[in-house]
Amino acid sequence: MATDTHSAAEASGPGMPQLDFSTWGNQIFWLVITLVVIYLILSRVALPRIASVLAERQGTITNDIAAAEDLKAKAQDAEAAYDKALIDARAEAGRIVAETKAGIQADLDKAIATADTKIATKAAEGEKVIAEIRAGALDNVKVVAKDTAKEIVAAMGGKADAKSITAAVTARMKG
Amino acid sequence: MASEAQGAETGGLEFHPMDQFNIESLFGGPIAWYTPTNAALWMGLAILAVIGLMVLTTTKRSVVPSRGQSVAELAYGFVYKMVEDVSGKDGVVYFPYIMTLFMFIVCANFLGLIPMSFTTTSHFAVTVVLAMAVFLTVTALGFVKNGTKFLGLFWVSSAPLALRPILAIIEVISYFVRPVSHSIRLAGNVMAGHAVIKVFAGFAAIAVVSPIAIAGIVAMYALEILVSFIQAYVFTILTCVYLKDALHPSH
Repeated sequence: MATDTHSAAEASGPGMPQLDFSTWGNQIFWLVITLVVIYLILSRVALPRIASVLAERQGTITNDIAAAEDLKAKAQDAEAAYDKALIDARAEAGRIVAETKAGIQADLDKAIATADTKIATKAAEGEKVIAEIRAGALDNVKVVAKDTAKEIVAAMGGKADAKSITAAVTARMKG
Repeated sequence: MASEAQGAETGGLEFHPMDQFNIESLFGGPIAWYTPTNAALWMGLAILAVIGLMVLTTTKRSVVPSRGQSVAELAYGFVYKMVEDVSGKDGVVYFPYIMTLFMFIVCANFLGLIPMSFTTTSHFAVTVVLAMAVFLTVTALGFVKNGTKFLGLFWVSSAPLALRPILAIIEVISYFVRPVSHSIRLAGNVMAGHAVIKVFAGFAAIAVVSPIAIAGIVAMYALEILVSFIQAYVFTILTCVYLKDALHPSH
């Protein structure tokens, strides 16, 4: 049967070489060798190698992710430190501003006080001078009044002595 | 002789769509079991393709893969995930065997798409051995791992009691049909596609229809590229399913 098919296949197109069982032994022999060789190549060399590469890559990725998380935490720490420094600096700036303000205020107060004292002194001096002037003026008025009174009396044809005139002027001025 | 006569009758049209599947001795002479044939040559080239794809590309073991290395890693991840998802965690120990089947079939299929090449996976001798290897291994494994509980695979405990014997017969038949469908699916698909391409190529000899014939060849070739991968995938995933049945026979 097999040989019939074989000869048919050799002789004409329509026969199926696949059903030519005389070549099966040959094909099976080479197939078994092929499969054993491929199995040995894959199981001894290729598959362990690829598995190790994949494992290594997985390890690298895991390490990188861990490192990235570490760096992220560090960055967050740095940000917190920065924020804290910023708040401290703000507080410090506020303190310096207040201090400066207080200093300026003290200087100002001091200057105002000095100025006040000076003003008071000047005012006192002024008042004194005014008082002197006023006193001077009163005396002058007395003198003028006496002289005027003496002249008036003289002009009226009277004869007045200085003593009575002075008394009279003094009395008038008091009144 | 007959074909020559036929060719002469049809005016130069010669159809030998199955000639491409002939097993020939490389150095002439009769074919004994040890003779180096074209099948042996293309199986050897499949080995070289596997070495080129899985070994040479990964020699650098770089963490950031080159193009070749990422192809090897994709193939590894593809089959590994398939075994893990379909067969479960305890199926992973059989990953190298399944990877061997997948790499051989996918390399042989794609080498077969090279014009003038020989497609080893188009032969039932090859696919029957592959399918029987899976069937026998999986059956033996089922009995070794589960003992007589493995027979529970055929006893559908969720069905009504009256139906169970009938279902058991159906299950047993379907179980023994597995290697047949498993092997014929692969060889049949590959062989049919190659034969159809050859038929189109035969029509290309007629000037009038040759543009259509060549367009047909191009279309079939594209389809065959798809089939080459899908059949390797189907063969592998069915192996994983059978392995799952052997490891966890309960329905």
